[in-house]
Amino acid sequence: MSVANAILQGIFLGAFYAVLACGLSIMFGVMRIINLAHGDVAVLGAYIVYVIVERTGVSAFLAFAVALPVMVLLGYVLQLTVLERSLKSGILTPLLATFGLSIVIQNLLQLAFSPDVRSLGGSAGSVTTASWQVTSGLSVSALGLLVLVVAVLLFAALQLFLSRTRAGWIMRATAEDADAAELVGIDSRSVYAGATAMAVAIAALGGLFLGIRSVFDPVSGPTQLIFAFEAVVIGGMGSLWGTLLGGIALGVAQTVGAQIHPQFAVMAGHLLFLAVLIVRFGGGRLVLRTA
Amino acid sequence: MRVQRWTRTSKLFTGGTVVAAIVLAGVPLVFESDVVQKLTTLLILVLLAVMWNALAGYGGLLSVGQQAFIGIGAYGTVFFAAQGVSPYVAMLLATLLAGAISVPISLFALRLRAAQFAIGMWVIAEVISILVRLDQNLGAGTGISLIQLNQYEPNFRQAYTFWLALAFTMIFLAALFFLLRSPLGASLQAIRDDEDAARSLGVRVAARKRLLFVLAGFGCGAAGVLVVANTLFIEPSSVFSVQWSAYMIFMVLVGGLGTFEGPILGAILLFAIQTTFTQGGPWYLVGLGATAALFALALPRGLWGTVEERLGLRLLPVGYRVVEAKRDHTAA
Repeated sequence: MSVANAILQGIFLGAFYAVLACGLSIMFGVMRIINLAHGDVAVLGAYIVYVIVERTGVSAFLAFAVALPVMVLLGYVLQLTVLERSLKSGILTPLLATFGLSIVIQNLLQLAFSPDVRSLGGSAGSVTTASWQVTSGLSVSALGLLVLVVAVLLFAALQLFLSRTRAGWIMRATAEDADAAELVGIDSRSVYAGATAMAVAIAALGGLFLGIRSVFDPVSGPTQLIFAFEAVVIGGMGSLWGTLLGGIALGVAQTVGAQIHPQFAVMAGHLLFLAVLIVRFGGGRLVLRTA
Repeated sequence: MRVQRWTRTSKLFTGGTVVAAIVLAGVPLVFESDVVQKLTTLLILVLLAVMWNALAGYGGLLSVGQQAFIGIGAYGTVFFAAQGVSPYVAMLLATLLAGAISVPISLFALRLRAAQFAIGMWVIAEVISILVRLDQNLGAGTGISLIQLNQYEPNFRQAYTFWLALAFTMIFLAALFFLLRSPLGASLQAIRDDEDAARSLGVRVAARKRLLFVLAGFGCGAAGVLVVANTLFIEPSSVFSVQWSAYMIFMVLVGGLGTFEGPILGAILLFAIQTTFTQGGPWYLVGLGATAALFALALPRGLWGTVEERLGLRLLPVGYRVVEAKRDHTAA
């Protein structure tokens, strides 16, 4: 595989990470919290799609459309039961509560579905196998292209939502200053619940792509969370388009890293993430300070 | 009004802790090696809980990556032992290595806040785990045994490990105890209560946090050393597992975040739960996760913090209390 092809495949992989990261980015942007169960929510979405496919035999995409309302509802419930309470008490509480939740989701999935790996690849139709050979060393898979197109459309739709619709303005106002928004009659509780519902639904889309691209099991969540968070940080926390670019940068780092050594793929992504953190937060001040 | 540090209860209890440590030291002389091994596990849990609480409870640093230091301690022991030094010397070297590595990590990790720090530490643990997996000499992904310990007769080996666990636990407990009682401790507790307010009063927040971070690096490294000494076999997927963080969070949240005694109580509770549900399994972990989340939301000071608040009880005196002066004094 040439470097050019590695970069191309990295862009496709990165678009997948951007979809995973999108919900995380929304929740951070609106509420300044990181949901440590985000990866597990995505995997839960994949399992729900899997169950629908198994029961009815429909395609994974149709099953996702059926699962979507369930995920939206789940997002509301998550906000009202766990996150809303945790928002009121300190910056550590949302992390602690969602970390606990993450363990609960993983092990409930373990109980319901056994630790076996599953895939949605078989029920996604010909999109998983089709590909075009551009040049001898460069190939474009239909699935990669689909994920990339969906990712770009998703971020564009979010951009339009936030900049052109009334609900989007309300969300931005709440993100800017929830107390001031309350003063002009905005119910921040329902805005937060809406943001979480969106985040959970988009996480499920990430779960769908995870299941179609490869396999998943009950403990796949933490890895997805790490990749999603890396994408958010690399792109700049709180920036929506940054998250798309961050995801792509992470994907490219991983596929190019794999060129060096197959086991170096994930490592290269981690190193990029740590490098971004160092440059952004530790730049030029790496000395033992006393104050 | 006067300020009081020791009460009769805390004098009794602190004395009791020292006596308990001396009594515990006699355990290997009396009990079978499986009891000794179980109690070693308990001591490892106590050590981990106390160290995680030092970070999160006093420094406000929520780490999901302390397994990095557990892994460095465990693999460091195997590495040094393979170089031909005595396994017990290797254990001390590995503890020092974990502490030493925590210094450069702290330089950058402490600039991160909240989720960035939590997941940043997790990624650092993953990076170290991948490095170990890439190294054939450390058994790569399949794990490695500390064969050098086989030269000791099993009962003796188990006793030595237990004594080492007891020594480590007491040393780190004492270190934190005296740290919190020192003038530094007042600033640490001020950071715990309100970081911005503490900074505005001239507390060197960054330096204090680094102190806690390095202490926790040493302590978790020591715990990793004990893990390999107690089980004799380690593999990256378990020793670098985020499950360690789950245990630490459970113990500290249930026991009492930011209290000195709470994490010890939490460790004893987790140990009791583990001993009762020996088969483990998903339901047990569902329970742990749900309990941790519930405590975070509903009882953030944990069991001990709540007791302390309600009853004004303080068994190990790391703070001060204001008491009403005796009536005849005020009359005079």
